[in-house]
Amino acid sequence: MKFISEFREGALGSGLVRRIERLSRPIRIMEVCGGHTHVICRYGIRDLLPPDIQLIHGPGCPVCVIPQHEIEKAIELSTRPGILLCCFGDVMRVPTRRGTLFSLARGRGSVKMVYSPLEAIEMAAALPDKEIVFFAIGFETTAPSTALALKRASSQGLANFKVLSTHFIIPPALRVLVKDSSSRIGAFIAPGHVTTIIGPDAYCFLADEYNRPVVVTGFEPLDLLQAIMLILQQAAEGKPRVENQYTRAVRVQGNRRALEAMDEVFEIRPAIWRGLGLIPGTGLGIAPAFAPWDAEKAWDLSQVEPAPEPPGCLCGDVLKGVSQPKDCSLFAVSCTPDSPVGPCMVSPEGACAAHYRYRGA
Amino acid sequence: MCLAIPAKVISVEPGGLAMIEIEGVRHKASVELVPEAEVGSYVIVHAGFAISVLDQEEAQGTLKLFQEMAEMAAETPHVGDIG
Ligand code: SF4
Repeated sequence: MKFISEFREGALGSGLVRRIERLSRPIRIMEVCGGHTHVICRYGIRDLLPPDIQLIHGPGCPVCVIPQHEIEKAIELSTRPGILLCCFGDVMRVPTRRGTLFSLARGRGSVKMVYSPLEAIEMAAALPDKEIVFFAIGFETTAPSTALALKRASSQGLANFKVLSTHFIIPPALRVLVKDSSSRIGAFIAPGHVTTIIGPDAYCFLADEYNRPVVVTGFEPLDLLQAIMLILQQAAEGKPRVENQYTRAVRVQGNRRALEAMDEVFEIRPAIWRGLGLIPGTGLGIAPAFAPWDAEKAWDLSQVEPAPEPPGCLCGDVLKGVSQPKDCSLFAVSCTPDSPVGPCMVSPEGACAAHYRYRGA
Repeated sequence: MCLAIPAKVISVEPGGLAMIEIEGVRHKASVELVPEAEVGSYVIVHAGFAISVLDQEEAQGTLKLFQEMAEMAAETPHVGDIG
């Protein structure tokens, strides 16, 4: 068992597709996570489905939902003397009014790509004369790693390590989306890896209060087909509930250690999502006990003002499932992965990038 | 960042670090969040941290379900197939 090839078996897929055809009914299903968007485009899963079933993309691409001015705050920090900004590769290519983090990495050398916050911690220990700022992005999947890095900085007394946090949490954003009449979401494919941390019960309100089927789903093509089938089955029975398709990775209780670390290090605050606007209870700021490592406390960034969306870019509507990438007049014309206009064309988890990459597939 | 694919644990070192292998390439990762990970386990890694250990039995169960559904689909005639 390698947990990959077994879940890509074509013959099993056609059986699932036949079941889906039998249960088919008009429904709009949102896949929340950009990882799922990527798999759906890569394997042409929409083309396998009856036309009644519409898959719509959600906001679960971390790089896509960060407001432009939050990235500009990171850029601002990286231009200040003595600061080295560490960030993940994806976010480096998002265009802003002040260029990209990537251009600063090449130009001033004050930005460095890392794969993990632990690399930033190691840098802080090795370069005591520099201020190392980790630009922390992502959902519940990456927030625990930032939490553990902060705990390490605190236990090692690393005063020259700071975190600029734009972590988001998913469930309250889904409440906003399910209530949004323009998105018209009939059911949710819930993000498998976020749920390894928070546990499936975090979505019960979608079934209990809004009558929407929810299936926590793995990332192989057969997982997605089975999830769609389970959603259709729930809809046919008229009994919406939260089901866990990804039992090989997701435990009922989530990941207790990760949740405890997040609880200790972060405090919940409102957050602005690109496309969705301000949503209470979806941001993770740094708790007072960890204030010495909070970049927003260490430096005044209030002069960085919110930015308008790039003219013509429909990312906001794409992230709500209201528009598809092809509805954007810039798609594949002036906006391509090599020269992206909006964030949805930057990250491989962005809907525009996934559609572009697999457009002939 | 959410495209994490299963990685095999090659060795576990003191201090919560492990050597993992993805598609033949070895990386360092923290296993602090999954103390149950051992050599030979498959884990899901995000931002340098393993966040979940994959369960063999559950995976077999899901594959068996796929199989059953495929068989069921082959047996029951499609409404459109009749007549
Ligand atoms: S194609 Fe480009 S400009 Fe259009 S919505 Fe997508 S990212 Fe924005």
